[in-house]
Amino acid sequence: MKLVSGAFLSVSLLAGFLAAASAHADDAASNAPAAAPACEVPDYLLSGDVALPKVAEAVKAGGPLNILVVGSRSSAINAGAPEAAAYPGQMLTALKEKLPAIEVNLSVEIQAKKTAEEVAPGLAKLVESKKPTLVIWQTGTVDAVRAVDPDDFRNAVDAGVVALREAGVDAVLVNPQYSPRTESMISPSAYLDNMRVVAQEQEVPLFDRFALMQKWSEDGAFDLFAPVHGAELAKQVHGCLGRALSQFIIASAHPKPAQEN
Amino acid sequence: MTSVADQISAPLSAGAGVVPLAKAPAIARPTERELRLDLFRGLALWLIFIDHLPQNLLTWLTIRNYGFSDATEIFIFISGYTASFVYGRAMREAGFVVATARILRRVWQIYVAHVFLFTIFLAEISYVATSFENPLYTEEMGIMDFLKEPDVTIVQALLLRFRPVNMDVLPLYIVLMLWLPFILWLMRRSADLTLGLSVLLYAATWQFDLHFSAYPNGSWFFNPFAWQLLFVFGAWCAQGGAQRMSRIIASPITLWICGAYLLFAFLVTLTWYVPQLGHLMPKRLEQWMYPISKTDLDVLRFAHFLALAALTVRFLPRDWPGLKSPWLRPLILCGQHSLEIFCLGVFLAFAGHFILAELSGGTGLHFVISISGILIMSGAAWMFSWYKHSADKSGRAKAAAGNADLAGGGA
Repeated sequence: MKLVSGAFLSVSLLAGFLAAASAHADDAASNAPAAAPACEVPDYLLSGDVALPKVAEAVKAGGPLNILVVGSRSSAINAGAPEAAAYPGQMLTALKEKLPAIEVNLSVEIQAKKTAEEVAPGLAKLVESKKPTLVIWQTGTVDAVRAVDPDDFRNAVDAGVVALREAGVDAVLVNPQYSPRTESMISPSAYLDNMRVVAQEQEVPLFDRFALMQKWSEDGAFDLFAPVHGAELAKQVHGCLGRALSQFIIASAHPKPAQEN
Repeated sequence: MTSVADQISAPLSAGAGVVPLAKAPAIARPTERELRLDLFRGLALWLIFIDHLPQNLLTWLTIRNYGFSDATEIFIFISGYTASFVYGRAMREAGFVVATARILRRVWQIYVAHVFLFTIFLAEISYVATSFENPLYTEEMGIMDFLKEPDVTIVQALLLRFRPVNMDVLPLYIVLMLWLPFILWLMRRSADLTLGLSVLLYAATWQFDLHFSAYPNGSWFFNPFAWQLLFVFGAWCAQGGAQRMSRIIASPITLWICGAYLLFAFLVTLTWYVPQLGHLMPKRLEQWMYPISKTDLDVLRFAHFLALAALTVRFLPRDWPGLKSPWLRPLILCGQHSLEIFCLGVFLAFAGHFILAELSGGTGLHFVISISGILIMSGAAWMFSWYKHSADKSGRAKAAAGNADLAGGGA
């Protein structure tokens, strides 16, 4: 008898947890702006309370807004797709639409197969030569693939962000992609966590590419599990990422005055 | 846990001087199993399996979503407890050399199991490498690079320096078991001193950044210098520590502290999964707390495990009738064959991944895979114990010698 009630209790507890979890999910869905294409961006992934002062200044002054994207291979689509189809190019298009009065320039610096530790020391020099207002630094994937020591990774990202700040530019961090098919081979969690830590400590906006793609995959917007050949899916995902990134930059440059509680 | 300690403390006090006397009752009356250990080790094995599959509905049932620690802590602690119980007795009865030999035999089994899993991993990754050509993930496919130099990779794997994802627990277990003869030897002199040294080593790990290096770079995901604390703590509990702590565990103050800490951990974890709540977290707290290192067994994680364990021992008495119920039988059986079931779980997680990827299955299939995995694990555990029983029956004489391994459910 005691056993039955015990079992009942634990089952009802579990049910409670599940109900709570799904209730939160419902909240999130109803809060997000309706409509839009399949790949909508939930508010909580946008609202950075961290500002991009240099970007805000440039927009206020009427431009130009120079953006430099530093990233590894996942900041580009290969397999014959034009560079404009990748998310940096898509972001540029979206930004130009949103800020029609302002000149927006983009340069992309792909450093394939380089870890954060290998990229960070060169950031200052890149800033010197390209003179950007904003540097978008995508990193973490190569580190996760090579299973670099997470502490070393954190120190490298930290050093890179500090170097960017000292060079007098705004910075945005972009974390790895959500890649369900390689989940049993690559474990990104330590790198995601450490990027979040650096973003918090250095008060730099973090564009959570991983969470976004995971959400789109769960919503059924994209089948990221599929072993598709061809670049169509990649183009669509990059299009969505680019638009989301443009929203993210504008939201971070004009942070909401105060979070209503 | 008090009662376990009672049962263990008797041979402990007698065993020091009068070996033959202590030996006789141990064989005549087979010690009753501590089913709670089996139960929670079984639970840990199920949770590890679920955590190794991609995120799905069942993942929400695993404890890592409700606090800092997860199934690994449970697994390592119980392993320390049972290993110390079983081989500690072997050391008292048969001496240091024989016990060490038995431990080494166990280490060899674990090593073979690890190599077996690595082979399966190689098969999976090679298959995926040739069939997966999504341009979105060109970069992630860099993981296949090691296939280009199998000469180095495979040797490094045999040396336990190259350990693919989800294959980190067994190497940790091997290293801990290799230290076990020394731990037990020291514990026979002074259990408290051993625990003290273990805490010192843990502190030194954080201070001096001790670690095992890995291939191609970085270090072991589970740092043995840090995780030994849980293992030794488990061993210490088995050697009478649990009994001495019983008054602390029973005190209402402990209850409140544990409850409050678990609630705090739950609320913090909630902000990870419901990012809308993120702005409620004080910045100061975040900066002090993060990152919560799993590699070095963060103090927050260890404390979370302690709190969970204290509450479990308090509210789940040793003689809880539910432990005998058929509903918990599958869990207990899995816990009694931990090494086999652990390996099977890792294999099933690989297989599950593979099926999900090939059929691009949705939530429904995902759920089916998780449940079938658990059923397969339970079925296998039932078969192992059936086999062991019938083998025991046919070879009574042999069983007496091998009994030490059975008593703790195979440490």
